[in-house]
Amino acid sequence: MEDKPVATDKLSTSRDWEPLIVAFFCNWCTYTAADLAGVSRMGYDPNVRVIRVMCSGRVDPQFVLDAFAHGADGVLIGGCHPGDCHYVEGNYKALRRYLLLKRLLRELGIEEGRLRLEWIAASEGEKVSKTINEMVEQVRALGPLRLTRKFKEWDAELAALEAEAQSEEVAAHA
Amino acid sequence: MPDKPKIAFYWCASCGGCEESIVDLAEDILEVAQAVDIVFWPVAMDFKRKDVEAMPDGSILATMVNGSIRTSEQEEMAYLLRRKSQILIAYGSCAHTGGVPSLANQFSREQILRYVYEDAPTVVNEQRVRPQPRHQHNGTAVSLPEFRGLVRSLDQVVEVDYYLPGCPPTPKLLKQAVLTLLSGNLPPKGTVLAPDTALCDQCPRKETKPTDLKINEFKRPHWTQIDPNTCFLAQGIICMGPATRSGCEAQCISGNMPCTGCFGPTSRVRDQGAKILSSLASSVNAREPEDIEKILDGIVDPVGTFYRYSLAKSLLRAKVTR
Amino acid sequence: MSEQKNGEVRIGVYVCHCGANIADTVDVKAVAEYAATLPGVVVARDYKYMCSDPGQELVQEDIRNLSLNRVVVAACSPSLHENTFRGAAERAGLNPFFVQMVNIREHDSWVHSDREAATEKAKDLVRAAVRRVYFHKPLEKRRVPIHSEVLVVGGGIAGIHAALTVANSGKKVYLVEREPTIGGHMAQYDKTFPTLDCAACILTPKMSAVKAHPNITLWTYSEVVSVDGSVGDYKVVVKRKPRYVREDLCVGCLQCIDTCVFKEPKFDDEFNMGLSKRKPIYIPFPQATPKVVVIDPESCIQLKTGKCKKSCLEACVERGAIDFDQKETYEEIHVGSIIIATGFQTFDPRRMPQYGYGKYPNVYTTLEVERLVNASGPTGGQVVTRDGRVPKSVGIILCVGSRDENTNRWCSRVCCMTSLKLAHLIKEHTGAEVFIFYIDMRAAGKGYEEFYQRVLNEGVHFVRGRVAEITDWALDPSEEGKLVARVEDTNTGFVRRIPLDMVVLAVGLEPQPDALNVQRLFGIGCSMDGFFLEKHPKLAPAPTYTDGIFIAGVCHGPKDIPDTVMQAGYAAAEAIALADTGYFELEPNTAYIVEEECSGCKSCIPLCPYQAISFNEEKKKAFINEVLCKGCGTCVAACPSGSIKQNLFEDEEIFSEIEGVLAYAQ
Repeated sequence: MEDKPVATDKLSTSRDWEPLIVAFFCNWCTYTAADLAGVSRMGYDPNVRVIRVMCSGRVDPQFVLDAFAHGADGVLIGGCHPGDCHYVEGNYKALRRYLLLKRLLRELGIEEGRLRLEWIAASEGEKVSKTINEMVEQVRALGPLRLTRKFKEWDAELAALEAEAQSEEVAAHA
Repeated sequence: MPDKPKIAFYWCASCGGCEESIVDLAEDILEVAQAVDIVFWPVAMDFKRKDVEAMPDGSILATMVNGSIRTSEQEEMAYLLRRKSQILIAYGSCAHTGGVPSLANQFSREQILRYVYEDAPTVVNEQRVRPQPRHQHNGTAVSLPEFRGLVRSLDQVVEVDYYLPGCPPTPKLLKQAVLTLLSGNLPPKGTVLAPDTALCDQCPRKETKPTDLKINEFKRPHWTQIDPNTCFLAQGIICMGPATRSGCEAQCISGNMPCTGCFGPTSRVRDQGAKILSSLASSVNAREPEDIEKILDGIVDPVGTFYRYSLAKSLLRAKVTR
Repeated sequence: MSEQKNGEVRIGVYVCHCGANIADTVDVKAVAEYAATLPGVVVARDYKYMCSDPGQELVQEDIRNLSLNRVVVAACSPSLHENTFRGAAERAGLNPFFVQMVNIREHDSWVHSDREAATEKAKDLVRAAVRRVYFHKPLEKRRVPIHSEVLVVGGGIAGIHAALTVANSGKKVYLVEREPTIGGHMAQYDKTFPTLDCAACILTPKMSAVKAHPNITLWTYSEVVSVDGSVGDYKVVVKRKPRYVREDLCVGCLQCIDTCVFKEPKFDDEFNMGLSKRKPIYIPFPQATPKVVVIDPESCIQLKTGKCKKSCLEACVERGAIDFDQKETYEEIHVGSIIIATGFQTFDPRRMPQYGYGKYPNVYTTLEVERLVNASGPTGGQVVTRDGRVPKSVGIILCVGSRDENTNRWCSRVCCMTSLKLAHLIKEHTGAEVFIFYIDMRAAGKGYEEFYQRVLNEGVHFVRGRVAEITDWALDPSEEGKLVARVEDTNTGFVRRIPLDMVVLAVGLEPQPDALNVQRLFGIGCSMDGFFLEKHPKLAPAPTYTDGIFIAGVCHGPKDIPDTVMQAGYAAAEAIALADTGYFELEPNTAYIVEEECSGCKSCIPLCPYQAISFNEEKKKAFINEVLCKGCGTCVAACPSGSIKQNLFEDEEIFSEIEGVLAYAQ
């Protein structure tokens, strides 16, 4: 991944911990419902960041894990209702993966409430706002996950030795 | 005649199987030994750490480190060998992706120490003595390495140039790797020295995998009589082959056991477990949540099944609340 | 760092104010300033209206002058203006798929009020897009050819008008109607407001025109049972129910009906809302189209028991049109687009027992009264109560099943005008006192207010108030033998009891009971009330989110006949335009397999609902037919070795978005 942009693009503002939720919304139902929520000015908590995919079937469990690993406190997947999938049954695949992924996450210490799959039809703008608010509340109650910070804590034990090694190296070359 | 290139081998948290695999080169080892000088190999030759420390930095052409990293001593050796070697190779699953030892990342250090020194049924330790990093014995200070909170792959500690996957890597891959190194025609840094397709590509049972796989039940290998000629997944037995890099010559399959994933994922995949999970779950033959759950109940240990060799290098790395 | 495989990446970021729509809630300047600091960003601007010509020109100039090769536009939903900005990029010589939209209006400024939080969110989303476009690739749109045939589902006035319009343009039309005749609800109406021209007089010529049109294939008594494919080529299977009368042989002489063993009509006549009877062999109404009799298997003795002397057969012995062995048949057709005009049902007033419908014989619905006032109706146009009296006082209750929290919240739009029309007709037919009980009178429409004034001047009484109940409990002799409306007259502030001979309930319009099945069958959306969802409420009120499928008439929401006809014509125009263009451009978001990466594990093959993935036995690899691929990405997510890619939604693109929105949490 050498050709990836370097992360010099951090925000300068510091924010107190607020739940941060990454959402994967399918283009046809849930993303459209979120547009409708906007058009209808159905306000909701600003803690969600929506990533558009064509179908909930495109949501690779890697995306969910990657979001957690990069600091998300919760992940929401939105798809069409069973039977209404624009691509016939991508949402069923999403459901099956979600159920197995939940089992895995449980084993790996990520609380149930941090991953949610919701069927939201294009007409259900209200449900978008309700689901997001509910989830923000739920995640707020669970507290920060912020694995980015956890990883740093875990690796603090390495950093000490590395610093030592560095200084030895400097000494050796002196 | 110029000096022969110098090669080193080292082991960290490992079972010894990787060392065996080097010996498994059999007579080919002579060819290798002729071409190189082995300057450090604790399991087979009597060199000490101080001998390595005495070498100029970068004087070893290549070092192959097997085993994952759990202790401060292993870290120190990793740093040392990194400094002394032009090329550092993570050898075997443990160094590559954490290996079986990294399944311990499901538990905290305290849980592990308590079990091993107190609670295990074979332990008698009434004073609940545990090893300490520093101890006075008859007036002499003795020390033990620190036991870290986490098992790591080699590249989570130092920079790694190449990877030889497998539990253990095959002699064939090792020989190829050594020949490649000696040729000087080096692949890009970070390359895994094995084919970049999944195991099915080489699987002798490939023909028998149906194009309309639907999973009605997950069976563990010991629950059933395994048909020696049919794709494991077609028999409802979890096989990691579709999500695992090839190069192992399908040895487990030939032994009538499913792939458990030791070669790690292909280069396109960030999380081997998530990928096989996605693939298997997608093929579950049920629509209602309760029916799906019933089928999923057949996967008794998802972490141990999907991340048997790769938990340390998985996206979450460990159980996050230990 | 801005060097990568695709060469130097030069990104332009454009943050739209959308007037005040975005700028009021999001600090657009701050977002643009922030964007300018991101790696790879060469220019970042904010502008009042990015979608305007000068806004687009800004992007195009920057592409040319600053050699931009990526464009990020933070504005409204991509469903609105993605194509606008792709077009702008293309005009400046940049592949349109190097453009990424960031939705900071619908997903941000319109749903948040905290300016700081909304601005931070906008920054996160912009950063994700900036990272994402690094991985974008030039892509080509795919073109699919369009079959020129059009399917129209539903033969009411909407379907009839749409079918005729398309057929007149020279395209072949299939018109499928579930009932034995076309005509729909409009055929049941007596007169139409506000002009009072007779519904049959204006409708039946159009029905005949449908039947006679060389470009229209009319299938009545038929239903669509499956729809496959997509825009340009929908494969549709239509079930043709047996009417036990051969359509090709029946001439509509109706002699079979006369000779039926049932001497008298005995069964409820659906067309007359059960106010009259018909025989098992019948024609729905005299102008039914096609004029072909139908045998009702529920009441025909032969079809029920096989033991009838079948006198109808004798009457038709010469033509032999009657065929008791007829079975349902299935027709498979290919069409390029579909117009759905499946209409509505009226509200069932039994759900409001306080109005006594079904309990008191003289409580009617508006649709029943339409039949009563009709000259060819069950009473020959005589407005009489069920006990045969000419009513002296009639009350019409508005908003029954409309504008009501307990039933339907929407306004049904036609009931006010229908009630005014019926008030006029009842007065004309009977000279009765007519009361209209209303919440508001809604008479918006050409000539509608004028008609309202006319009915006011005719002496119809308007009582503003919601009727509490209809009762037959007389409190004084004047109420004896009558129905009494108890109502608070909110104009005077009094609770009144108004004795009535006849009560008419102006029932609202509802989605068809099986609208949900239709919605699923065609893969279109439904709004919360169950009416079909249009693509855009203002600018695309006939197209749906499914390309090549259009909606017309009340299946989309309550409307009157002129609005229905307008929408039907619009839907037809869209279908014609599509067919005339001859092709449809599809998003290039298909999936493909990288052959040398594929292990041939076949995991993806059963996951594709379109059978687009096959196994190449020679190469032992899977292969995706891009023509069949619809671009859902399910196989991509499931490929265990990461060997399937989806254009526009590649793993790296999505990972970079995930990590982009989360960057501040690092």
